[in-house]
Amino acid sequence: MPYPEELKRLIKQVEKTRSERVAKKKRNEEVPFLSLEERERRLQYHPDFKEEGRRPLKVGPSKGYKIAHEMAEVLEAYSRVKPETIDLKKWDFETDVLVIGGGGAGTSAAIIAAQNGAKVILATKLRHGDANTMMAEGGIQAATKGHKDSPYFHYLDVMGGGHFKNVPALAETLAKKAPDAIQWLESLGCNFSKFPDGTLKTIHGGGTSRKRMHFAADITGAEIMRTVRDEARNLGELIQVIEFSPAVELVINEHGQCAGAVLYNMETEEYFLVKAKAVVMATGGSGRLHIQGFMTTNHYGATADGIVMAYRAGVPVSFLHTVQYHPTGIVFPEQAEGILITEKFRGSGANLVNIEGNQFVNEREPRDVEAASIIKECIVERKGVPTPTGKLGIWLDSPMIDDLVGPGTVEKEFPGKYILYKRFGIDISKEPMLIYPTLHYQNGGVEFKNTGETCVPGLFAAGEVGGGIHGENRLMGNSLLDIIVFGRIAGKTASEYIRNQARDGALNLDHVIKYNKEVAQAGIETEKVSPMLLPDYTDPRVRERQLTSHYVGTMR
Amino acid sequence: MSTVSEDLPTMEIKAKLIPIYVMGKKYEVPETLTIMKAIEYAGYKYIRGCGCRGGVCGACSTVYRKPGDHKIYTGLACQTVVEPDMYLTQIPFYPALRATYNFHEMTGTAEEVFALYPELFRCVACNNCTKVCPMDVEVMDYISALKRGDLKAAAEISFDCIQCGLCASRCMGELPQYHIAQLARRLNGAYLTPRAEHLKTMVANIETGRYDAGLNGLKEMDVAQLKKVYQEREMEPATAGEDWTPKDKSYL
Repeated sequence: MPYPEELKRLIKQVEKTRSERVAKKKRNEEVPFLSLEERERRLQYHPDFKEEGRRPLKVGPSKGYKIAHEMAEVLEAYSRVKPETIDLKKWDFETDVLVIGGGGAGTSAAIIAAQNGAKVILATKLRHGDANTMMAEGGIQAATKGHKDSPYFHYLDVMGGGHFKNVPALAETLAKKAPDAIQWLESLGCNFSKFPDGTLKTIHGGGTSRKRMHFAADITGAEIMRTVRDEARNLGELIQVIEFSPAVELVINEHGQCAGAVLYNMETEEYFLVKAKAVVMATGGSGRLHIQGFMTTNHYGATADGIVMAYRAGVPVSFLHTVQYHPTGIVFPEQAEGILITEKFRGSGANLVNIEGNQFVNEREPRDVEAASIIKECIVERKGVPTPTGKLGIWLDSPMIDDLVGPGTVEKEFPGKYILYKRFGIDISKEPMLIYPTLHYQNGGVEFKNTGETCVPGLFAAGEVGGGIHGENRLMGNSLLDIIVFGRIAGKTASEYIRNQARDGALNLDHVIKYNKEVAQAGIETEKVSPMLLPDYTDPRVRERQLTSHYVGTMR
Repeated sequence: MSTVSEDLPTMEIKAKLIPIYVMGKKYEVPETLTIMKAIEYAGYKYIRGCGCRGGVCGACSTVYRKPGDHKIYTGLACQTVVEPDMYLTQIPFYPALRATYNFHEMTGTAEEVFALYPELFRCVACNNCTKVCPMDVEVMDYISALKRGDLKAAAEISFDCIQCGLCASRCMGELPQYHIAQLARRLNGAYLTPRAEHLKTMVANIETGRYDAGLNGLKEMDVAQLKKVYQEREMEPATAGEDWTPKDKSYL
């Protein structure tokens, strides 16, 4: 729906201050960036700092580590399937490399493994390409312009964004392999926005010291995803894709190596055993756990499945105590609630302003600082904009971009969002957008090395499921980068591993049996099973009428 | 976080309830919901027909009619708000033939596209594809561009395609438009657009180890030192042009 009258009146406040703000921007006068000390104080308003929001894990390799209740609940749940009922001597599929997850990381891993001669099965919960990758809009970072930038500065920005807690080797690999990742995508035919001579267009993102954000209009992730997916489809003889069949447990062999997984066909409710010489875990993030009740930008299947499986198999988790809230999620109109507004709007010059039309933070602070500032402005300073649905938001002044760069820029550079809002009767080149932080990225995940290896031989990780690259906070454009860089690395390492280290041997699910016992012994009372697979958005009153007394074969 | 709602249908029903027909069966749902949230509100749990929930993945294409109106309407379930008495079904999958090719041996000519997708010329220019597209892509226009051999135009016109397959579902010529467009975009990106020279140079420089000493220096610093270097790093101004260079060039 279009903005109602009361919001249109408030927009006048934004318009009143706009010309002065545009003039300032043209003079390069900015709201000063916060110092590191000021950042720290500001972060006290970030949801990560809410002590009651987390609790120590009661079981598993990271027992005692404090993380969000919602994540702890899926880690402290029982297996979906009784491990004793699976016949481990008969497998339904056999392959060299099993890739779990059909997003950007998994697909890149599958392509590289196949090119290195491995037979690959890619198992995915929804369709191939249904992943957060598809939704990433803003861009992909890489220091590609040697006259002003290098992996040195990229690394520095990554570390600063992550509060200097990042695993240095992972951050270094990210920065060093970034240009090569862009070149790979370019060779696959990814349509990056370029100047006529082929020079890649680049802009700033929050926390970047150099303009190194590459993009494909405002659907960078979709363009990358559909390109790599198309390439994987060309390799169909080597890469078998099994859709709507999430993995639910990893399988280990008698030598302690990861040797496959149990898949669940969600449509027929059958379980299948895949025997593999190596497994790449690339299941992505966990926004659909709705940590602290926040809305999310994530796709339907982002439910932490890979973390659960790997944790049961003995892989510790790290950096899960932090969660990234994207500062700018749509808070009105309600139909689009939670949907991400790319940081590129701010990179292109749009200010954040409060109900009075005034700026309260530089729009290019790192995401956590930006999100904390918005929450503080709304809840502490009480200068948020009330919405007709009883929420609060802040204006993202998109019309400024046309004033700064030229008429038509918003429509041309942000076609996706322009069309989305147009459907609701809002022209974002003339009216600002109303935003609030939204659950966006799982900063942490399973521990892994810059070779893709985890502590379980034969189990590799890539993408959002892994923790450490981004420390406590990821910068914009480093996630699309991470999935391509580490997806390719995992594919390569896995294909080398199967030649040199993988051994054949009897399969077992002993780790699951042991984990289930541990959950029981810890006195955890739960009816939950995990991985969760899909969130449940059924209306509670409908749920009250779903009275089937005993499970007889529906999704419930 | 009382001011922050979940991604759930509103529980206290303030909005008016309206009837919709999901695959012919009537449900009363709040009038403010998208088709997707309304179907979930009614008690369905999606396996298919739901992906990104943000209008870019193409999983939830929906076809509907309104009472007394002969026209077929389409939309994405996650983006389209319900209307009273809409009569809808989702088409989460459509079978379409996709050609397989060795992309790295291609060069970006129109003939390569014609050879892989000869059905391109079965297009009768009825424009049903454009009318049915939930993304307002001018599908017939890019098919026409392809018939003329203009891959670049096809790549640009089809750029917002989410590959939901609705175009193919309504095509009289039985074309797999969205697969052909994907090929055109890749050929355009790889072969019809100049490669970035600065990117080649950077990749080569990294391979020669040009930045290793600088990076090792950073990795060896303690946090206090690293913070200092971080805070003192030179920022490229927001309005700087392509040719901007930093004062300190020691780590370039």
